[in-house]
Amino acid sequence: MTSAPTIPEVHISVTSSEMAVRDALSKLLTALGPLDLDVEDAGTVELVMAEAMNNIVEHAYPEGDVPGPIRLACAHSDDGLHIKITDSGRPMPDGTTPVGRPTNLDVDFCDLPEGGFGWFLIQDLAKEVEYRRVDNDNQLTFRLPVGT
Amino acid sequence: MELSSRQDGPLQIVAVIGSRIDAAVAIEFKDAMRAATDTPSPTVILDLSEVEFIDSSGLGAIVASMKHLGQSRSLVLAGLTPTVEKVFRLTRMDSVFGVFPTLQDALDAQAA
Repeated sequence: MTSAPTIPEVHISVTSSEMAVRDALSKLLTALGPLDLDVEDAGTVELVMAEAMNNIVEHAYPEGDVPGPIRLACAHSDDGLHIKITDSGRPMPDGTTPVGRPTNLDVDFCDLPEGGFGWFLIQDLAKEVEYRRVDNDNQLTFRLPVGT
Repeated sequence: MELSSRQDGPLQIVAVIGSRIDAAVAIEFKDAMRAATDTPSPTVILDLSEVEFIDSSGLGAIVASMKHLGQSRSLVLAGLTPTVEKVFRLTRMDSVFGVFPTLQDALDAQAA
């Protein structure tokens, strides 16, 4: 019996910025290389991780605040990638993640949405999304059903 | 964020030179599109075939570019790579734009 490829747990830490998000994504995808994800699954990982980290850059460490750490932990198991993203920035406004409803496209041309897609994409593609405020940290955990 | 632009009769074809339209370059992209489409062309085809990744900020920047053209001009998207196509499909934004797999498909549709 051949077992599916697996990888050791991945840990990546960067200091919050838009370019740091690119750096973290590139490091994560490189570390996931041995899983040989297809283009669809690799896209899911890059997209969800980008949206989650962009939210941290924009809202947890908004302009004017001192940029702090964004830490990723990624463990591979039978049912996919178990992700934990931690930052030490401002908490989620309501102590929970936005529901992430699909944006309403049945609107006038000039009212077409230019934002509000991020949480929808996260909630649509990730499973078991949970947010916790632990001491001074935000912890977002979820599972990506890829590499199974 | 570099764009290249050429005119083909009433069509303007703007190609993105670069592999990502993400949060780091979304504003730059929007500004570059605004400058590149300062033409009277009724139809602008945005060739995305070099773009491998787009996030919600990049998607928002493309929507903003379309809105900037106004309702009398149209922005058509061509050459969507798999992850770019996925973002448009999941957000249902593929129903707002004309979307074509290749630049040639987009040109053929305009000629038809």
